[in-house]
Amino acid sequence: MKESVLTPSMNRVVVRFSGDSGDGIQLTGDLFSQSSGIAGNDLTTIPDFPAEIRAPQGSIGGVSSFQIQIGGTEIYTPGDAADVLVVLNPAALAANLSYIKPGGTIIADRDTFVPKNLKKAGYESSPLEDDTLEDFQVIRAPATSLTKEALKDLGLDNQAMARSRNMFALGVVLFLFSRPLTKTVRFIERKFSGKPSLVEANVRALEAGYNFAHSTELSGSSIVIPPANLPKGTYRNIDGNTAAAWGLLSAAEAAGLRLSLCSYPITPASEILHELSKRKDMGAIVFQAEDEIAAVCAAIGAAFSGNLSATTTSGPGASLKTEAMGLAVISEIPLVVINVQRAGPSTGLPTKTEQSDLNQALYGRHGEAPLPILAASSPDDCFYYSYMAAKIAVEHTTPVILLSDSYLASGTSPWRIPEKGDLPDIEIPKFKGAPEEWQPYSRSEEFLNRSWMWPGDAGFEHRIGGLEKKENSGNLTYEPLNHERMTQIRKEKIERISAKIPDQTVLGAKSGHLLVLGWGSTHGAISTAVSELIEDGEDSIGFTHFNYIYPLPANSKDVLSQFEEILVCELNDGQFLNYLRSHFPQFTYHKFTKVQGQPFFTSEIKAAIINTLDNSHED
Amino acid sequence: MKTDVTAKNRKPLTRKDFASDQAVRWCPGCGDFMILAIMQKAFAQMDHPKEKFLSVSGIGCSSRITYYLDTYGIHSIHGRAIAVATGAKLAKPDLNVWVFTGDGDCMAIGGNHFIHACRRNADLNIVIFNNNIYGMTKGQSSPTTPVGKKTKTSPEGSYENPFNIGEVAIGAGVSFFARVPDNDPLLMEKMMLEAYHHKGTSVIEVLQNCVIFTDGIHEQITGKETKQDNQIVLEEGKPMIFGKENERGLTTSEMRIKTILPGPDAGEAMIHNPADDNIPLQMALVKMQIPELPVATGVIRKVDSESYSAYVHKMIAREQQRSEFKTTSDLYHSGNTWEIE
Repeated sequence: MKESVLTPSMNRVVVRFSGDSGDGIQLTGDLFSQSSGIAGNDLTTIPDFPAEIRAPQGSIGGVSSFQIQIGGTEIYTPGDAADVLVVLNPAALAANLSYIKPGGTIIADRDTFVPKNLKKAGYESSPLEDDTLEDFQVIRAPATSLTKEALKDLGLDNQAMARSRNMFALGVVLFLFSRPLTKTVRFIERKFSGKPSLVEANVRALEAGYNFAHSTELSGSSIVIPPANLPKGTYRNIDGNTAAAWGLLSAAEAAGLRLSLCSYPITPASEILHELSKRKDMGAIVFQAEDEIAAVCAAIGAAFSGNLSATTTSGPGASLKTEAMGLAVISEIPLVVINVQRAGPSTGLPTKTEQSDLNQALYGRHGEAPLPILAASSPDDCFYYSYMAAKIAVEHTTPVILLSDSYLASGTSPWRIPEKGDLPDIEIPKFKGAPEEWQPYSRSEEFLNRSWMWPGDAGFEHRIGGLEKKENSGNLTYEPLNHERMTQIRKEKIERISAKIPDQTVLGAKSGHLLVLGWGSTHGAISTAVSELIEDGEDSIGFTHFNYIYPLPANSKDVLSQFEEILVCELNDGQFLNYLRSHFPQFTYHKFTKVQGQPFFTSEIKAAIINTLDNSHED
Repeated sequence: MKTDVTAKNRKPLTRKDFASDQAVRWCPGCGDFMILAIMQKAFAQMDHPKEKFLSVSGIGCSSRITYYLDTYGIHSIHGRAIAVATGAKLAKPDLNVWVFTGDGDCMAIGGNHFIHACRRNADLNIVIFNNNIYGMTKGQSSPTTPVGKKTKTSPEGSYENPFNIGEVAIGAGVSFFARVPDNDPLLMEKMMLEAYHHKGTSVIEVLQNCVIFTDGIHEQITGKETKQDNQIVLEEGKPMIFGKENERGLTTSEMRIKTILPGPDAGEAMIHNPADDNIPLQMALVKMQIPELPVATGVIRKVDSESYSAYVHKMIAREQQRSEFKTTSDLYHSGNTWEIE
């Protein structure tokens, strides 16, 4: 048996809960996340669902998992491999053995390791009895039987009692991390409010698990993760799609506009549509269109009519929207397009993550059709960047693309609820003078944006459309020089936005040998890898991460120029690298890419950095 | 100085108020001129203030009309006018929204949006200029080109079965459908105003002449000499009679419409009731074709309904009233939160 990776005072730990898709694994994970948040830990989580809606019970295909990394320091990823793995059936063990560290602790419901279930998981003998798990610490918990025992006088049937064993498992884990049960009991009460028998069953199972851990081999091995030094405030856990939806709500509120969301269902973006469908209570106007094209066109109609307008989609849907996005570009309409990327091309791996729609966002329209592109880098900052996408769209009267991805969409991280004054104001570029002093395509001197007048503004009746416009008046014209001039104006309008974008910052060395560079959702893995190498004494590397893709922050070139070499890490075949190279061909780039439908592991990035450093030393 | 925009001080609108400063560019003799003139005239008779009109079009000769109407307007992309208009109407339900489209724009590339607009019943008014051809792209077959008609893409004569626009609309559940020839200004104006007052999706098919590619294609139905025998103008509450002397009428027999000579012996012509939700009969009326039967014009179907746009906003108002959340902050602080001191 390997020595345990768990020690009484660890600074970060990865826990993975796993069971059948009917076992309530996601709820278990959520409750542990809440408990960790209250304990002051920073955290990041990621769910891992089966692809099928209803996979066969007990099969490996039907395993549902939830991974969380908690820490007394800033946590940017759900972690590469688990220190603690909770499995509620043999299939969950079989599916997750590659996700646990040697020396990690496995907590297994031993009651489920019976021949029928073992067979479904492909085991000939019980891995709890043979030497399969010799590299791990194994807690063989009789979770099903002890849960049934605890619930026996509640009048529930066998199946209903067994369903509560996820809470038994949670009780074990809460004991392991020295957490009081009171807050979790309160969350359970709230979750099942109005159903006292469910509250009772879940709380009893939770206590049974806690007491089991207390009275067995786990006693004395409890762990305390110290609180992280997080900014003061009120927090909640949030996933990337909810955060993106709420960013739009906040932007509408800040701008004093109604929010219109026009979308078509698509994995993994649909949850934004779902969340805002529930937000009629906040006045959100949600339209489920008949197709992706109708969705973006309806969003254009809503924008012209004076609402904060957005459409949400994923890669294939973004392809269908591109013609209409050209209309939004040439007619200069404020519109937010959120692409929650998935692995492509075509249907590809619809539930898996990738950053491969960057080229599409940058170049995927006919004609010269520039528009700003932002990319979020954590589940919680999907809120901020969807807010900023809306702010830029409104203030600069332009469509804006926000890139998220499947990894951010379903992952969660603690989100500090913004307080008054935390978010920048949003100013609507209304024309203040008389209609006769106004032209539909006259522009502000500073940012070249046109003003945004909408139906209801008397005297400002005007027509927009896809045909080329005469400068200022917006009248149709085919004049050659006018088209060239308008093309330049539309480009410069976008590039001038860089004056509003914060400067690019660098973690670690500000100049030196190697700049590690990423964008969007890979921030967690890359920053963790670089931080760990810096902690280990590597002093010639820096890390910079891009959230503003187009236009780039004004100091981008300066940042890149301070390093001899640049390692661009991204989940595609080098799209951002090619983009940077087109802007700054003078620098020396290396690429580290991964196209497996999976996020980066911190360990992979570390290895890539070390390899790059080694290779260049050899040169 | 800011222009006075209060409704009280306004003069009544005239058709000139809806004429934009852009030069109108259609072929001389095009049926579109009449539609433009009637739209301007009808707009002036509507209750909405001018700034609450929204005209939306797609691509094609028909769709140029938005540039010639002095309202807020969107000349969008091919086939998508209805989708754009739906988003606009939902965003601002107090707008008076008009979609101008053609048989190619609406029934081919925009067909999906059309059927969904019919079933969804947002309060849109959709005017389809049906000239049975792609005019702007210079003469290809459209989904309404009759079998046998020679076009650039069917030099031997079109061999695809055409759509009957009314049949598609009623089949998709539209609550208002009218058909009108482009040479009957009085009927056209009346139809536009009826569509305006109807709550829900209104579809008005205009039988429009293209002087270049399908000149005279509707002549049998709309021509001075032939229209009385080949066209029946349906009017609510009136018997379905037609002919030079109103000597013929329509009745049904074995679920089919047939022509009769009304009178004591032949029986009574049917009374037109577009408000009756009688889809089989309205479908039969809308499908009538010469030479067997006259082509129906006027309002063929107009059933009371709650519009989608009104319903959505009613739901929103109800949820807002019920909700404990008044601001985003209330929402964000609901559920499981914790404090970091």
